[in-house]
Amino acid sequence: MSGAANREQVFPTRMTLGVMKGKLKGAQTGHSLLKRKSEALTKRFRDITKRIDDAKRKMGRVMQTAAFSLAEVSYATGGNIGFQVQESISNNARFKVKARQENVSGVYLPQFEADINESINDFKMTGLGRGGQQVQRAREVYSKAVETLVDLASLQTAFVILDDVIKVTNRRVNAIEHVIIPRTENTISYINSELDELDREEFYRLKKVQEKKQIAVAAADAEAKAKKLKAEKERLEALESKKAQLEAAKENGENVKEEIKETEEAKAGVVEESVVEEEKEEEEEQSGDLVAQTEDDVIF
Amino acid sequence: MALEAKNRTLLACMGDDDTITGMLLAGIGQVTTEEGKETNFKICNDDTSSDELLKTFNSFINRNDIAILLINQHLADKIRIEIDSYSNAFPAILEIPSKDHPYDPEKDSVLRKVRRLFGDS
Repeated sequence: MSGAANREQVFPTRMTLGVMKGKLKGAQTGHSLLKRKSEALTKRFRDITKRIDDAKRKMGRVMQTAAFSLAEVSYATGGNIGFQVQESISNNARFKVKARQENVSGVYLPQFEADINESINDFKMTGLGRGGQQVQRAREVYSKAVETLVDLASLQTAFVILDDVIKVTNRRVNAIEHVIIPRTENTISYINSELDELDREEFYRLKKVQEKKQIAVAAADAEAKAKKLKAEKERLEALESKKAQLEAAKENGENVKEEIKETEEAKAGVVEESVVEEEKEEEEEQSGDLVAQTEDDVIF
Repeated sequence: MALEAKNRTLLACMGDDDTITGMLLAGIGQVTTEEGKETNFKICNDDTSSDELLKTFNSFINRNDIAILLINQHLADKIRIEIDSYSNAFPAILEIPSKDHPYDPEKDSVLRKVRRLFGDS
């Protein structure tokens, strides 16, 4: 009867949880109703057992009286009338019983009632010679006795039926109390724990995802910053170099002039002069590009 | 169960000579020619064997028109096991005293059940 084993085999979903909660509620309502039914029946049952006890004792006395009246008949008629009585039985009983239903908390208890058909008399001839009065008396006494017996029989039948029904009801009550309710509760707690577990899992997963996202964002930020820095640095460098170049160009220009002067003066080789001119052109092109670049940056 | 009780109108009796005579005087007797339902009473003496008692008892409890079966207690003692293990509601079995054997509540199967259920109330 471990907690894990004593539960229903269900998928732990919210729907099943709802179903189980409904089931638990139903079981509790049914339990209280059945318990009340059982109590009502038990009350009735105790009442009946008490009456049975009394009726049985009464029956003992009544039967004694009846036996005595029969003895009187034997004495009066001077012999045994048994044979005569047995021979005069007709095909329809004078003394019959009628069953009436009584409803106790949904249980039908039969109640027997004496149903005497006065028009039937099988013993007209009995005691015709002697003791007719005693026979008549004995008939009445025995009729009364049998009525008592019929009452007792109803009680006894009710007792047997109630005993059965109470057993069944108590079995149901106990089954609900000790099996169905704990099992449903176990199932509910199982579903709850599983759902909690899923929640925790989901939460952790989200947390992880967020963490990853943050790392990615941080990395992207750092990259962008680095790029910006680099770009700034490049711009600075470019500016520096432009400045330097411009200065260099200035100097160069003087140099060229000087060289030209020198060449003019010294009338040196043509090769050297062309190289210098090429360099000059290149420097001029580069400085133009740089100016364009710096302008772009500024616009940004 | 309601229908079952409706059709049961007769009383049956198993007992000694005097008991049967008394019951017949009260008018419970019914004699028919129908198979298995010839009489609803049976005279049993002290020398009636328990086998025969059992046969009569079974034939009475299997009839569908008997509501109550009366049986003398001293005869019931002979087939006590059968009577104690009988648990149907219909027919109701009632142990009655006979002239020679006074009633003993301690032997009655229903009263014993009552006592067992409620201690010694």
